Amino acid sequence: MSSPAGQAEGQQAPGGPAGPGATAGTAGTFARARAEGRAVLIGYLPAGFPSRQGCVDAYSAMVEAGVDIVEVGLPYSDPLMDGPTIQAAVDSSLSAGIRTKDVLATVRAVSAYGAPALVMSYWNPIERYGVEAFAADLATAGGAGAITPDLTIEEAGAWLTAARFHELDTVFLVAPSSPPARIDLVCRSCRGFVYAASTMGVTGARSAVGDRAQALVARTREHTDLPVAVGLGVSSGEQAAEVAAFADGVIVGSAFVRRLLDAPDERAGIRSVEDLAAELAAGVRSSRGAAGGGAPGGGAAGGHTGNEVVR
Amino acid sequence: MFGPGRLLAGPDGTVSEPDGNGHFGPYGGRFVPEALIPALDELADAYQSARQDRAFAARLDGLLASYAGRPTPLTEVQRLSAHADGARLLLKREDLAHTGSHKINNVLGQALLAVRMGKPRVIAETGAGQHGVATATACALFGLECVVYMGEEDTRRQALNVARMRLLGAEVIPVATGSATLKDAINEAMRDWVTNVETTHYCIGSVLGPHPFPLMVRDFQRVIGVETRRQVLELAGRLPDAVVACVGGGSNAIGIFHPFLADREVRLLGCEAGGDGLASGRHAATLAGGSAGVLHGMRTYLLQDPDGQTLPTHSISAGLDYPGVGPEHSFLRDCGRAQYVTVDDRAAMDAFRLLARTEGILPAIESAHAIAGAVDLGRELGPDALIVINCSGRGDKDVDTAARWFGLLSDTDVVQAALESVTSPEPAGEGW
Repeated sequence: MSSPAGQAEGQQAPGGPAGPGATAGTAGTFARARAEGRAVLIGYLPAGFPSRQGCVDAYSAMVEAGVDIVEVGLPYSDPLMDGPTIQAAVDSSLSAGIRTKDVLATVRAVSAYGAPALVMSYWNPIERYGVEAFAADLATAGGAGAITPDLTIEEAGAWLTAARFHELDTVFLVAPSSPPARIDLVCRSCRGFVYAASTMGVTGARSAVGDRAQALVARTREHTDLPVAVGLGVSSGEQAAEVAAFADGVIVGSAFVRRLLDAPDERAGIRSVEDLAAELAAGVRSSRGAAGGGAPGGGAAGGHTGNEVVR
Repeated sequence: MFGPGRLLAGPDGTVSEPDGNGHFGPYGGRFVPEALIPALDELADAYQSARQDRAFAARLDGLLASYAGRPTPLTEVQRLSAHADGARLLLKREDLAHTGSHKINNVLGQALLAVRMGKPRVIAETGAGQHGVATATACALFGLECVVYMGEEDTRRQALNVARMRLLGAEVIPVATGSATLKDAINEAMRDWVTNVETTHYCIGSVLGPHPFPLMVRDFQRVIGVETRRQVLELAGRLPDAVVACVGGGSNAIGIFHPFLADREVRLLGCEAGGDGLASGRHAATLAGGSAGVLHGMRTYLLQDPDGQTLPTHSISAGLDYPGVGPEHSFLRDCGRAQYVTVDDRAAMDAFRLLARTEGILPAIESAHAIAGAVDLGRELGPDALIVINCSGRGDKDVDTAARWFGLLSDTDVVQAALESVTSPEPAGEGW
């Protein structure tokens, strides 16, 4: 029953009985935003940061202020795609003893706020947990899926099989360096949306997100009808608006973490996170003149994609 | 899910080849950000074309001979043999290669590839500093910009090698994140690479990382085993009963093992760093005490906790202080073609002193782990046994560590050293 890596198309997903906690993934969220003529706002924090309860409160504040999808980071000892800001937060979570089961508990708590929750994890913790067990437990916790930044498509066979069975989104990255054949391969394995890395490099705020992001989104759309969300470097409402003009989603991580790191205490940090979320939410709503038009993304009407389930 | 591991005999004794995606059985492969895939493909293509290019081979062979000092000798060590119940011991003298270790073999190959790919900037990680020094050396030779990432903890332990690299024109960047040792230096080098990949070649120092690095670095280190096989046949008229090497990432070991893989009668023994002992939990014996997982772009044995978080490691030898191991070693362990034992700090330091006192050779502490393992094996096999040991590096860098271990620095020496460090002048002018 397992389909080879890279061959699994999203629309084949619900081939068998879904797992007990199957969710609609993030498709409905993208479809609704598209109907509103705006981009989706996705906010990241590592689980357990700034504290076990503090992160849940921060996610709540983010959703309250207009974040559409939350990305729950699974803290990992060797985060080689992350810059110093997220490294510092992840170190603090790990020092506080956050474990994989705590991350799943966080997903369960966050799902109650009504925004889909995706886990962002390097591959080893998932492999170590057990690929099928992780997919099952994530679905049971109400999780929408996972973003796996260091899992290449060639190595993703077991994950794709398990995630399809449990109707979880499988989000992989494309990069400015990706040639067309590679973008095609990645898009075929994505369900939910495609994560376009805006620049070459690691996570962290940047003064300019760059033309390469726009070009990459355009190149990605040649290969898929899935929504394309842009991450890496976005930290202000202005940048969010700029990206929202050409992408279906805007992903913000380090800027939220920075607010918490710089705050005098946790409560002030969470207020600051809420302020930033509101600024970004206004940003993704401000700049859709031309963008809605021919851009595919948001698959409610499309005959394609794994995001056909709109509940 | 995984292709079968291949342990095949080829016409030149070449065996243990990975599949097209770099898998040695279930190990190896690529686990990296998508942004790096084009660079890895470019490298794999450049390496494949270089491998078939006689001019490239001739250039590399020429450098190995005229610059690195190859072939390195195979030295019979009779006085050491007396401590191994008379088993006949031979040392492969990688300590005599330029820059003082086997690392130069790999670095010259990769620097030639960087030039071939038109990449003007080379980055590297280093633990003890041997690979960093070798990389800085090759970059000086080829006029390439060189940046070396080194754990802050290791820059203190190996301050002389930091100075060596800077003298050679390299920029050394101390890494303070995580455990501030080799694994964190690799993380930081990967972050640099993903940011600057268009201009930069990442010169990995061992048989580690995503495909094609484990295959390519192994091939560049095979020269050790190819020479050894010829030399031992000349010297003893037969193949050895065993070949022994230390294993951190495992490049010197795979380099000397690989040309013997088809010789089933030759036992291959890898010696991992036992630190304070396996039971203590303070060690770096990945194959003895680890489990399969993914780190630094490859699937291999790892020291990890039940959640897949990398565990801290310990070894008196910075070059072996690493929580992973090359994927081909994981494969050779599982299929039984090589065996791996653990040598703790104390046994390694005893062997370090023994080789110094019996043969006048100060080995690297890394290599001393292999000496200890070979002396034990000699006692087990008896006086008819013929054993080759890879002396992968020289111990000059370890004099300070060894002097402290053996209590050779008197209190006055320590005070004197502290005074000198306090009163030594700040670097003047532009320096180097």
